[in-house]
Amino acid sequence: MIDLLFYLLIFPGLLFTAVLGLVVGWVDRKVSARFQYRVGPPFFQNFNDFFKLLGKQTIIVKDSVKSMFISAPLVSFGTLSLLAMLIGLPLFFGQSFGGDIFVVMYLMVIHSVMVVLGGSSTGNVYSSLGAGREIKLVLADELIFIIVILIPIVASGYELELAALIKAQSSGAFIGSVNGVIGFLAGLLCMQAKMTMQPFDIPEAETEIVEGPLMEYSGPLLGFWKLNHFMMYVVYPFLLILLYLGGFNLQGWGILWAVLKYLLIVVLMIILKNTNPRLQIDTALKFFWKILFPVVLIGLILAVLGV
Amino acid sequence: MSWYNKRLAKSLWVFHVSASPCNNCDIEILDLLTPKYDIERFGIKLVGSIRHADVMLVSGIVNQKIEPRIKRLYSQAPKPIFVVAIGSCMSSQGVFRESYNRCKEVKEVVPVDMWIPGCPPKPEAMIEGVAKLIGVLNE
Repeated sequence: MIDLLFYLLIFPGLLFTAVLGLVVGWVDRKVSARFQYRVGPPFFQNFNDFFKLLGKQTIIVKDSVKSMFISAPLVSFGTLSLLAMLIGLPLFFGQSFGGDIFVVMYLMVIHSVMVVLGGSSTGNVYSSLGAGREIKLVLADELIFIIVILIPIVASGYELELAALIKAQSSGAFIGSVNGVIGFLAGLLCMQAKMTMQPFDIPEAETEIVEGPLMEYSGPLLGFWKLNHFMMYVVYPFLLILLYLGGFNLQGWGILWAVLKYLLIVVLMIILKNTNPRLQIDTALKFFWKILFPVVLIGLILAVLGV
Repeated sequence: MSWYNKRLAKSLWVFHVSASPCNNCDIEILDLLTPKYDIERFGIKLVGSIRHADVMLVSGIVNQKIEPRIKRLYSQAPKPIFVVAIGSCMSSQGVFRESYNRCKEVKEVVPVDMWIPGCPPKPEAMIEGVAKLIGVLNE
């Protein structure tokens, strides 16, 4: 029992993910600033932002559905903590806990659902517009994401447990094969869409619909939305590492190797973010369904054939 | 409370209200985000919604149409919020002082915490103003 609470609240779960997420969020802002020849924010910027938001006044919109408006960011926060634990346990301790990969798949949708509920509960025009766009984006990327998860399952000989997936890669990570490379790259683009980062920041387009679903949020609730976004910087790359890069080996030089794996994914995401303009929603749907879907399907067939 | 004020001083999110300006100040405000001045060094960022803001930046003259909107924006903002008035039009109504459609001075509409005069104020002047605000918060 104490073990479980420790896992959930401290090490792979809430505290670790939140702190690492805020630090990586700083890396994102700093690297983005350097891309634009700026200096960028100081190291503790995201911590300051979060603590500042915790102390601000919360305004609850009069016409909103109050229970939904308040619970959406908190439920999303809880889900992401749980997800961090579910993915972190096999990565750091080599043991599966509770659920297999399907649980992870379902839990990952909950954040998007909460964004939709929270955004549409306010009654603001921009918020509901953003919520609608979020639904379309989920429709676009979910199919690819399922196949991206299917490829390692097939390649490992139909293992569903997360720890077994890592064990199947002990002789060589899945990215070493052709289907692994296809799956990894498609997975990277899917993560980009799930985190609503550029070029897929369609629901939260800041210059266009003013952060969309988050527009009416203020104070601590907004702080939790921001924290959720930073926690996704940890959870989603960890999942990709688990599925394609063979997990972590935390002995000796393995620690450095683990950090490099994580940074590789994060830096790839930041480069993608900074070199691409925002797509329109129909272009994004077309990109995912017409271009990426056949490619990952070929990857899946290659995985079945064992190439 | 001083601990919280220090956090606040390090992450001021700014919402920009264009209260019928001549766009001169607005362009200079946008200069602050460019690589040369880069105000994100101080943790300041421009946000699109007043609900996220800590600083309400007002520029222009206050005429009949914009007055209720400034009032409404101020009431919609989560407290604590600071109002910074940019430009000579705000502090003395500038060349529009004798104009037929001017309404009130901004201090009669919302409580103003800081004035940054100039037509338009240089970006350096605005950074100095912001630094003074941060200094007050840090005390």
